[in-house]
Amino acid sequence: MARKVLVLGEVRDGTLRNVSFEAIGAASLAAEGGEVIGVLIGENVSSFGNELIQYGADRVITVEDEKLKQYTSDGFTQGLLAVIDQEKPEGIFFGHTALGKDLAPRIAGKLNSGLISDVTAIDEAGGNLVFIRPIYSGKAFEKKIVADGLIFATIRPNNIEPLSKDDSRTGEVSSLSVEIKDLRAIIKDVVRKASEGVDLSEAKVIVAGGRGVKSEEGFDPLNELAKVLGGAVGASRGACDADYCDYSLQIGQTGKVVTPDLYIACGISGAIQHLAGMSNSKVIVAINKDPEANIFKVADYGIVGDLFEVVPMLTEEFKKLKVNA
Amino acid sequence: MNIYVLLKRTFDTEEKITLSNGKINEDGAEFIINPYDEYAVEEAIQVRDAQGGEVTVVSVGTEEAEKQLRTALAMGADKAVLINTEDDIENGDQFTTAKVLAEYLKDKQADLILGGNVAIDGGSGQVGPRVAEILDIPYITTITKLEIDGKNVSVTRDVEGDSEVIETSLPLLVTAQQGLNEPRYPSLPGIMKAKKKPLEELELDDLDLEEDDVEAKTKTIEIFLPPKKEAGKVLSGEINEQVTELVQLLRTEAKVI
Repeated sequence: MARKVLVLGEVRDGTLRNVSFEAIGAASLAAEGGEVIGVLIGENVSSFGNELIQYGADRVITVEDEKLKQYTSDGFTQGLLAVIDQEKPEGIFFGHTALGKDLAPRIAGKLNSGLISDVTAIDEAGGNLVFIRPIYSGKAFEKKIVADGLIFATIRPNNIEPLSKDDSRTGEVSSLSVEIKDLRAIIKDVVRKASEGVDLSEAKVIVAGGRGVKSEEGFDPLNELAKVLGGAVGASRGACDADYCDYSLQIGQTGKVVTPDLYIACGISGAIQHLAGMSNSKVIVAINKDPEANIFKVADYGIVGDLFEVVPMLTEEFKKLKVNA
Repeated sequence: MNIYVLLKRTFDTEEKITLSNGKINEDGAEFIINPYDEYAVEEAIQVRDAQGGEVTVVSVGTEEAEKQLRTALAMGADKAVLINTEDDIENGDQFTTAKVLAEYLKDKQADLILGGNVAIDGGSGQVGPRVAEILDIPYITTITKLEIDGKNVSVTRDVEGDSEVIETSLPLLVTAQQGLNEPRYPSLPGIMKAKKKPLEELELDDLDLEEDDVEAKTKTIEIFLPPKKEAGKVLSGEINEQVTELVQLLRTEAKVI
């Protein structure tokens, strides 16, 4: 059944986020031969239209207004509802990002629709699209179908393959003029503290520290390693509770759930609550002094040793690799 | 100030998950207030203590959630409401829960509604924004700071590690992120007092809702456990040799570098 499907493209720090391409990949599965329409909302976003098309969108609609420079629920809701009203899609896909998590439930509420959040895979069974998503932070998974109405889902970063980029693909990028009315919440200030711009939920490599890191400064070697690998730094609840780092770094059942290609756990014992947040990573490396630590039970590779000795050596080794490459 | 907290009963984070007959096995499991909702309860109590008013905690679920509601009362909430859907709703989804909560809240003239930003079981994070949308009030998700001055509200929100400072106004719905506060433990006098605090139990009928009005839009067709992760290789030898071997393995065997 061919469907018309909208995908909200998300621009952050002047580039389209990878998860937007992954969402197009998901949308093209759900479209089953129908049209995939990229949507861009912001102040100056039309220049990103072609890139969405190169990644598989058939055409792109932009809504531009200075009031949309920063994401607000009110502003983006008005923009997106105008597009939905014009196109009457049968499917909508967002990335399961801070923006997607904030906006999608409201749009679903407005449309009286279901919403399947945080999807990690899409399948087909008996003529139904089946959405697979983690529950209990990845301790279990559920398969969900849409029982009634719109197919609406948010896609977890790093899980669904994007289509391959095709530079020769072309399509229409059109703009829709929407009068953005009053915003009930205004962003006064943004304080950046994310390290080097690599976001935990989208990072391909994560270097995480636990109680074994021992202090705030103890994260320095981890930061070095993450930098060399182009990754992000995370932490266990133990490290956060001990004030070695900010709670925004916490990975676990409380905190973020991550699925990078490579997860390097340094001085993390591996409490169930932490494993829930990271055990679905593709490859896990554990570095811990205690050979009995739980983390070794889920690790693909383990080194029993002091992280303050091992991590700097690893950094040097990866640096060499980079030089040789 | 008329304050409401949306609260869910969930599995303890330290619980292992097993299945029996294709469903999550609840036998012998410990249940808690969803940790993010606990921040919401704490914040609600602090706002009431500073501004005056009343805190009502509301849960949609089965009568077993009474225990978690009593815990919130013991922490210091004033009243609790259990919307017991056990007999009426077999397979609800977030549409269902939000609709039930919004129906209850619509004539309560709430100034402030708080909830967790996500429940650690279902993990969808939908109910807060959905309720705000139905009630047509603004909402801010994943907050780490809340300051109220008359009708004006200043909120700090965690956005993937960045912090946004947002100005908005009451009535408002917010969802709590870790770091918002340090939830208190119920004190013994608190627990004694909680036994006498009002806990109202409602059903769909009392809200003038029919089962059809809240019928789920999505359906779970299967629950499964992830493949058990096999313990991998623990390397041996001198530390520097192990490090070299690890990098080799990541390149050639795991192919992630």
